Amino acid sequence: MIPRMASVPVQAASGPMTGGPTLTSVPPIRLRRRSALPGFGPTLGFTVLYLSLVVLVPLAVLVLRASGLGLAGVWAVAMSPRVLAALQVSFGLSLAAATVNALLGPVVAWGLTRYHFPGRRLLDAIVDLPFALPTAVAGIALAAVWAPNGWIGGLLAPWGVQVAYTPLGIFVALVFIGLPFVVRTVQPVLADLDREIEEASATLGASRRQTVWRVVAPTVLPAVLTGFALAFGRAVGEYGSVIFIAGNMPFRSEIAPLLIVVRLEEFDYAGATAIATVMLGISFLMLLAVNLLQAWSRRRLGHV
Amino acid sequence: MAISSNGHAASEASGTVAIRTEGLAKAFGATAALAGVDLAVEAGELVALLGPSGSGKTTLLRVVAGLEQPTGGRIFFGGEDATFVPVQARRVGFVFQSYALFKHMTVAENIAYGLRVRPRRARPPRDAIRRRVGELLDLVQLAGLERRFPSQLSGGQRQRVALARALAVEPKVLLLDEPFGALDAQVRRDLRRWLRELHDRTGHTTLFVTHDQDEALELADRVAIMHRGRIEQVGTPDEIYDHPATAFVAGFVGDAVRLPAAAEAAGLRVGAHMIPSPVVAANGTRRDDGPAVLFVRPHDLVPVADHVHGIAVEIAAVRRAGSGHRAEVMLGHGLPPVDVVLPAGRTARRGDRIRVAFANLRVFPA
Ligand SMILES: Nc1ncnc2c1ncn2[C@@H]1O[C@H](COP(=O)(O)OP(=O)(O)OP(=O)(O)O)[C@@H](O)[C@H]1O
Ligand SMILES: [Mg+2]
Repeated sequence: MIPRMASVPVQAASGPMTGGPTLTSVPPIRLRRRSALPGFGPTLGFTVLYLSLVVLVPLAVLVLRASGLGLAGVWAVAMSPRVLAALQVSFGLSLAAATVNALLGPVVAWGLTRYHFPGRRLLDAIVDLPFALPTAVAGIALAAVWAPNGWIGGLLAPWGVQVAYTPLGIFVALVFIGLPFVVRTVQPVLADLDREIEEASATLGASRRQTVWRVVAPTVLPAVLTGFALAFGRAVGEYGSVIFIAGNMPFRSEIAPLLIVVRLEEFDYAGATAIATVMLGISFLMLLAVNLLQAWSRRRLGHV
Repeated sequence: MAISSNGHAASEASGTVAIRTEGLAKAFGATAALAGVDLAVEAGELVALLGPSGSGKTTLLRVVAGLEQPTGGRIFFGGEDATFVPVQARRVGFVFQSYALFKHMTVAENIAYGLRVRPRRARPPRDAIRRRVGELLDLVQLAGLERRFPSQLSGGQRQRVALARALAVEPKVLLLDEPFGALDAQVRRDLRRWLRELHDRTGHTTLFVTHDQDEALELADRVAIMHRGRIEQVGTPDEIYDHPATAFVAGFVGDAVRLPAAAEAAGLRVGAHMIPSPVVAANGTRRDDGPAVLFVRPHDLVPVADHVHGIAVEIAAVRRAGSGHRAEVMLGHGLPPVDVVLPAGRTARRGDRIRVAFANLRVFPA
């Protein structure tokens, strides 16, 4: 039996060629262009142009600027203890926060999609709040709540746990701003999940927990990874909501974006761009890793 | 006049009953999807649930599977009360209309799922699972496709994977919801025959839903006709087809035309014609006097050769139907036309007058 999947690309490749002999007078290019989806040319052109202007050009300028320092110069800046510490704080805590969101976000999404309870719509709207709030507003609110004399901070203070003005505070802020990304990417997938798939699992004797882990989780995994990547990206770049709660102590609770601002204020443009370039590189690698993971899990789902 | 529904139910208690429901009811808010269902399926039997859309077929199947809690009545599996047994413990094989395969698992993993999720003590060893998957793949004629993902299979192949997956756990009963609903006519016919063979070979007690009456009548040992959350009649395909117990069954099964009639002392009045009492009595459907309905299928009305018997009718149209011809005749003014199958080799023209007689009379009180 011929594998069906394999036959598809073969047909696609041989299409224009087999059509060749009979259509010699007509340029084959025009036939191939006539796709079922209209506007391929203009849309692609626009996409490339727009992405170049909005994304690629600024990044290129950044790299160009940094290249004034030379690779060695960038390396020297990145390896300076204060920068290293700031990068560690930024990426370490972002990773931790995105991980926590990737674990808890699906639970929130599950609660919001699966159960109908009074106030569900309100809760659903609240999820967007960290996303919609101006970051400075979020930062001030978070600092007030988690400060030793704040509502939650006050409860923790007797136990000797201080959140605001420590790395823990940064972590809390990053979890806060990252949550909607995971919830909003996972929610539609959970809502679309075929109930019959879970019912099939149950009729085959699987417990509720087995069904969730073996059937539901693998199905939502790609969405969780997307949410993770978005939350992580946002967390790395987050500035406004973090600086109010961070305390901003160099070597301890200073995030990399803040350090860039500090360098700029010192008119050390080269140093600022060097840090920025390093952040760009690391972010790029992490997004690449997440994308590979996603591609792998998608392939396992069969939506190749 | 009361017409008893499913008169056969009582006599079925004799064999080993695999599934029995007693007054099963299920309400969704104000809609009663099931309104008291009594059904008994014997071990090894293949029973079809047939009925119009919304009659409660899927609901009945889901309640039997334990996917839905009944709001009244009881379910017995082999004599044991299973009404409150959770789905996981019922050991039913359920095949969904949409197949509900696990997309992220290969064909083999799908089939093995029911065995792999067993608690460690009850779980067969790896080799045994692999062997069982191999056997099932052979049984459903999918050997060689075990590494494919469901998205790489055709509809008919997915259907068979779903069936193999359900059979893997050695279910006590097999429940199929419109197993061939999403497939095209040719594949349907092939799979239908194949399912019958499979059933004869494995002997699983099977309850399957369909709204295709040809499928039900061809495939099933017995057919249960559902209507508005109730079972109207249960019987062999012959019983259902030849002796419909209720007006609904008579109208639903076969291409029946419904004609208003009136039962009188002299006989049955249909439009302008009177069918004399002796003829009505000979068909065994003599009813009390009063308004009635008559159901006429194409073969019920046959042309008669002489000029004495039968009813004189005029032909309104002639159509080709398979190997012969069918004439449309009117039994009275304002009544819907009724088909008469003309004898092979004979045709007629519009406007011809012929005489017809009832080979079968299915009369129910209106
Ligand atoms: N989950 C539900 N919530 C509310 N009403 C429901 C639900 N499931 C079924 N019903 C109602 O119960 C009745 C029976 O539905 P059911 O699905 O059992 O019909 P069916 O015989 O399977 O029809 P079909 O041939 O169209 O599949 C219908 O009126 C339907 O609207
Ligand atoms: Mg249904």
